[in-house]
Amino acid sequence: MTSPVLDVRGVVKAFGDNVVLRGVDLAVREHQVVALIGGSGSGKSTLLRCASLLETVDDGQVLLDGEDITDPRVDADQVRRRMGVVFQAYNLFPHLSVLDNVTLAPTAVHGRSKAAAREEAHALLARIGLAEKAADFPDRLSGGQQQRVAIVRALAVHPRVLLLDEITSALDPELVGEVLAVVREVASQGMTIVMATHEMGFARQVADTVAFLDGGVLLESGPPEQVLGDPVEARTRQFLARVIDAGRL
Amino acid sequence: MALLSTLLFAATAYLVVTSAPGWPRVRATFFSLDVGWKSLPPILAGLWVNLQVLVIGGFLVLVLGLLVAITRTLRGPAFAPLRIVATVYVDLFRGMPLIIVLYLVGFGVPALGLQGVPTSSFVLGTAAIVLVYSAYVAEVFRAGIESVHPSQRAAARSLGLTHRQSMRIVVLPQALRTVTPALLNDFVALQKDVGLISVLGVTDAVRAAQILVGQSFNFTPYVVAGLLFVLLAVPSARLADHVTARARRRQQSGSLL
Repeated sequence: MTSPVLDVRGVVKAFGDNVVLRGVDLAVREHQVVALIGGSGSGKSTLLRCASLLETVDDGQVLLDGEDITDPRVDADQVRRRMGVVFQAYNLFPHLSVLDNVTLAPTAVHGRSKAAAREEAHALLARIGLAEKAADFPDRLSGGQQQRVAIVRALAVHPRVLLLDEITSALDPELVGEVLAVVREVASQGMTIVMATHEMGFARQVADTVAFLDGGVLLESGPPEQVLGDPVEARTRQFLARVIDAGRL
Repeated sequence: MALLSTLLFAATAYLVVTSAPGWPRVRATFFSLDVGWKSLPPILAGLWVNLQVLVIGGFLVLVLGLLVAITRTLRGPAFAPLRIVATVYVDLFRGMPLIIVLYLVGFGVPALGLQGVPTSSFVLGTAAIVLVYSAYVAEVFRAGIESVHPSQRAAARSLGLTHRQSMRIVVLPQALRTVTPALLNDFVALQKDVGLISVLGVTDAVRAAQILVGQSFNFTPYVVAGLLFVLLAVPSARLADHVTARARRRQQSGSLL
């Protein structure tokens, strides 16, 4: 067994009196796709934000390739460039063209030449079928197209791990498919992925591991067929029953 | 209809003013064509000084205002002293009347007799105006910076951009676009306030008019100087209107997030 790419150890995070994460452990091996499920407020997004150093942890550690990245002596900017994050609200830069959104980090952070970054960006955009949108500004794109660009922007830095924070939750239902198709393709190329999601059907198909978070605790994790099909914990069963009632599984 | 009502209003106003008992006297002392025409060259020469203060001062205000705004938005305990200095500066110079700052800087600084510090009223007057206006403009910039949604910064930082890069490449361009109408509005205000350097004895348009009034006991030069300032302000005011309208249209055509 290889050592994990991303290793979350006993992470605790509170906002004021509100303790969101109560000691979460999660190890993600190379090429693994982990789906974080759980109700809203269960701590999925906070866990991803702690892992990507957008929040500081109150206790515990996060290791990236064995290095403790929550150590205050670590240069957080250096760490963040090795991870890709995609947000629920896309967060494309509205004043930059699609192409400039994608080439910004490769050129400004990774010091690649403009020509090389552009060439790769064009190739990536072609892969998601948006080559002809390269010169457009984000507000000209549909939500689904913007989110696909956001995925490509995160991929352009060749991240060690891709963190997806409920990336289809803000989309109209008919646009969800095109975004999930991109994630599926990226996963099939061997990218290590951790995704917080409400799409149980997608989690079942694409993830190797499903982890159920409840009240800031990782209650159970395992293969999708086990966690989603025959969960051990009563809380997981309750959650899934509600999801099925809502027609999401 | 609009034209008609405007004409009617103008005609009424004209009749009321010209039928006033003191009107002949006012016309002679405030609207003398002869005095006005003769006062034009010295007042225009003075206006050239105002324009210089405006251009140099306006540029410095943008630079200093932006620096102060960025300082005020710095996070973390290490920057606390800088933040406090910037906050005190803004509070002080936004609260103090410009004319008092002009007196304090224009007469106080030369009195110190420090070596290497300029004593020219032109330089000190410009400095006083820059001090006051930068405090205002800093708050405009700060509002713009804070209007950029935090998720934009999160996206920038998640890509590995440093704080400085996020600010320069992601936050400031969006903030500037938001505050351009407000900045242009402040610029229009600055255009007339540059006339206040006359209190330091700089021979600008206002001071030139004052001298002429003193010589002739006719107030027409003030009217001429005033109208010239208005002429100067009109293009900027129209530009501000235009930019504001365009920003509103852009916001309606597609929200950014």
